[in-house]
Amino acid sequence: MNTADQYLKAIYLAQRLEDGPASTGTLADLLEVSPASVNEMIGKLEDRELVDHEKYKGASLTDEGLERAHDALQTYCIIERFLANVLEVEEFRDEARALESVIDDTVAERLDTIIDRPDQCPDCFDAEADCCELLELEAGGHAD
Amino acid sequence: MSLGQRVSSDHQLTRLLQIGVVLEELVESRAAHHIESLPPDERATVDEEVEELLAEAATESADHRERLEALIDDLEAETVGYEEINALVDAQYGPPEDTDGVLYDQLANEETAYKFYDDLIEAIEASESEFAVDRDRLLETLYSIREEEKEGVEEVTAIMERRA
Repeated sequence: MNTADQYLKAIYLAQRLEDGPASTGTLADLLEVSPASVNEMIGKLEDRELVDHEKYKGASLTDEGLERAHDALQTYCIIERFLANVLEVEEFRDEARALESVIDDTVAERLDTIIDRPDQCPDCFDAEADCCELLELEAGGHAD
Repeated sequence: MSLGQRVSSDHQLTRLLQIGVVLEELVESRAAHHIESLPPDERATVDEEVEELLAEAATESADHRERLEALIDDLEAETVGYEEINALVDAQYGPPEDTDGVLYDQLANEETAYKFYDDLIEAIEASESEFAVDRDRLLETLYSIREEEKEGVEEVTAIMERRA
């Protein structure tokens, strides 16, 4: 997943968490980057008409940005589910975050052929828990 | 969240190699399923070229898997067994409608594998981390697998063009 898509996904989750525009601070925390980096990228996404930015309020996704964020979140859900249910990784959230930049959408689509993902994905993603609220861990599994 | 493509630890490298193994197992299993899934009359008309392609793809994937597993062994980790992935493929498998569908899926397999190794190589090259496995051996293995995936894409494309 490329950097722009990771930002769009973070804005989508931040908007859900904050029930409004995503603030620079929240995005910097979610993405573990500096506020200056966030502002620079928001500017680029605004130029590409993926994000609307209102000074002192924050960033909101445009319709096109929302669609891309949705796809990015779906890719992320696939990575989390694959790690949790196929590789049985205990720390699947942390690992998904560490791997998402190296896993391309096409690779995730292939991995998706062997995982069981609900139809409503990614709407069932719980932004606060940082994983799908319907994710079932394997028996004897590794819920943390 | 980790921005930027970089492999920075043995742990992360191991996980990515394990994903590579699963992708190879997927190719192997799907190739076997494709042949079995075609209706008898369609199966009879699957020409030798396509059958050979699928058999070669399965053999090549098994070879790639072994080479990745050797690296993973050196990193003192394990992989998910073929039978387990085969069972997962079985559970979700939707057979392609016809031979063209089989070829299209095979093309997607090869392209996806190529993209995966290409991204992985880039992420390793972008990193200055020392790994428990020799860096030159690691990259040489991945370069050669990537090359074979590229040849695989070309091979499927050539067959598709001939059939068009």
